[in-house]
Amino acid sequence: MDLTYTEEEQDFRAALRAWLAKVLPALPPAPSPDDWPGRRAHDAGWQRRLYDAGYAGLHWPVDAGGRGATPTQHLIFLEETERAGAPYVGANFVGLLHAGPTIAAEGSAEQRARWLPPVLRGDEMWCQGFSEPGAGSDLASLRTRAVRDGDAYVVTGSKIWTSHAEVADWCELLVRTDPDAPRHRGISWLALPMDAPGVTVRPLRTLAGSAEFAEVFLDEVRVPLSHRVGAENDGWRVTMVTLSFERGTAFVGEVVACRRTLEGLARTARANGRWDDPVLRRRLGRLYGEFGALWRLTQWNVSAAERSGGVPGVGGSVFKLAYSHARQELYEAAAEVLGADSLVLDARWTPDRLSSLSYTIAAGTSQIQRNIVAERILGLPKGR
Amino acid sequence: MHFQPTEDQEALRAGVRALLAGRYGREELRAAVDGGPVVDRALWRELGTAGFFALRLPESAGGVGLGLAEGVLVFEEAGRALLPGPLVATHLAAGVVPGAAEGTAVVTAGDLDGGLVAYLAEADAVLGAAGPGVPAGEPVRSVDPLTPLHRVAAPGEVAPYRTAGALLTAALQVGSALRTLELAVRHAGEREQFGQPIGAFQAVKHLCAGMLVRAEVARTAVYAAAVTEDAGEVAAAGLLADEAAVLGARDCLQVHGGMGFTWEADVHLHLKRAWVRARQWRTAEQAEELLAAELLAGAGPPGPGDAP
Repeated sequence: MDLTYTEEEQDFRAALRAWLAKVLPALPPAPSPDDWPGRRAHDAGWQRRLYDAGYAGLHWPVDAGGRGATPTQHLIFLEETERAGAPYVGANFVGLLHAGPTIAAEGSAEQRARWLPPVLRGDEMWCQGFSEPGAGSDLASLRTRAVRDGDAYVVTGSKIWTSHAEVADWCELLVRTDPDAPRHRGISWLALPMDAPGVTVRPLRTLAGSAEFAEVFLDEVRVPLSHRVGAENDGWRVTMVTLSFERGTAFVGEVVACRRTLEGLARTARANGRWDDPVLRRRLGRLYGEFGALWRLTQWNVSAAERSGGVPGVGGSVFKLAYSHARQELYEAAAEVLGADSLVLDARWTPDRLSSLSYTIAAGTSQIQRNIVAERILGLPKGR
Repeated sequence: MHFQPTEDQEALRAGVRALLAGRYGREELRAAVDGGPVVDRALWRELGTAGFFALRLPESAGGVGLGLAEGVLVFEEAGRALLPGPLVATHLAAGVVPGAAEGTAVVTAGDLDGGLVAYLAEADAVLGAAGPGVPAGEPVRSVDPLTPLHRVAAPGEVAPYRTAGALLTAALQVGSALRTLELAVRHAGEREQFGQPIGAFQAVKHLCAGMLVRAEVARTAVYAAAVTEDAGEVAAAGLLADEAAVLGARDCLQVHGGMGFTWEADVHLHLKRAWVRARQWRTAEQAEELLAAELLAGAGPPGPGDAP
């Protein structure tokens, strides 16, 4: 067991750090959260800078246009960009972390050539059309149907919780192509152009007050057969490839960010006198220890993936369970530090407190994650 | 970065697991509970011969010359086996108290608050005691049948051993947490109610999943702290391991239902030992204060991102 980095990894870190120090001061300020076109432009601009510097799709395979970096190098990249305060992957999230890796793993040569370079350059944004009003945690019960008509599928249905739908060019869409097959076997994965006739996007206001998500309505939308990734009715397996990427790496940068938040809480508590409350002080101390341990768990999972040479596995569910709850505890502690000021909607950390409530729901609820842990790691029987 | 056990480390762990499985199985455990000797002197010497106590002593001093990383792996196994006795104190006494390294001496320490000392009557020496030999003490009834307690006027000074002691104790806690998880999962897969194994019910599944998450986070924290030997990481590892062991045993008891509340089920032994260990070397309150101080020191002066 070793936590030191190789010379090559240290060189990689140093070069990245130097590049960040050079490029970040020249970056335009981040737009307001409600300014979707502005956010898209900002995120695309950052992605373009990454591309020009050779950091785009760092962990993607070389033949998909990436750099084929090791998991440890990817970890260093996420750690350093967060530490330096670089923009978050933002509107490019789905393209870079979901749809892109899925197309890289499952797409044909033509599909890879069509869709991957624009993701890496920041030219095209993707959104995720998985959840439906009747199919959230029970994703396999989705009902949006696609019927073959000549050289196209005709798609009708609706999707919900579609992040970035307002500014996305493409949607990784799960549809039912065989209503008579067992429910996991009749699903296909399509690339839906968001400007196709019949696509309607309606913003969805969250409890945080912002329109982070949207509903997407699909009314007899024609999607060419050539836009299907993987075999017809094999979309569930294709999707599982995507989800393992999401759970493996999605929150790495955020752990670093949470530790910085804790430092801000400590400074604030010292300034406003609440640090003298031993109960609050000890609560912050415990959270500091927990986030330190979560960072180590990240390193553990990455080195385990590196050893096995494979895709991140169910260990990501363990991490997500621990992290999503710790993040909520962090912002509850933040409210204690602020006192009544935490009730001011634009107070420091109050928007984060609100958005933290989604963490135990999005990307697989904690209840679903516990089922995954119990059945796939502990081997408990499937049941009710 | 290769934050995974090496082949040698895995082999060492497997060796200790095999030794303990052969020498301290359920029969030996229950015999001790039923009034047998709490500390098995012959097993203590076998552990000494296997290098359990001299593990971190330099080879030049007759030790094995390994580090804390190996230490936490073998202590995790001792915790899993629920092996009684002052394992941590004797390990820390190797090279300090004659016979400790070889396992011919049983050495305890005043690592509990309130003047309580564990295994005093079984011990040949007390680590950090003012004088030689074992001080007098008043026996008290212990919550854990395999951790006899005495109240002692001056239990000695253990501050120099606190960090290593806390970390190795955390490793024992992790082993216990992983073991109670195993017991719970096995029971949930075998015990049937309402016509199916209770492990098929989400209410039971989610208890077990929670146990695994706590144990895995704690285990990683313990391993990382063993590698870095950082005071804050050791404190955090202790907090997480105590929680994993105590809550893990409680959840295991719950999964066992009525059977879990009986003397015959082993789970109460894990829970009671976990309670004792959570009070050894460093309490949760002390660990949280240490971490808070470290957080504040690292936070630096007020910054532009702070609240006004």
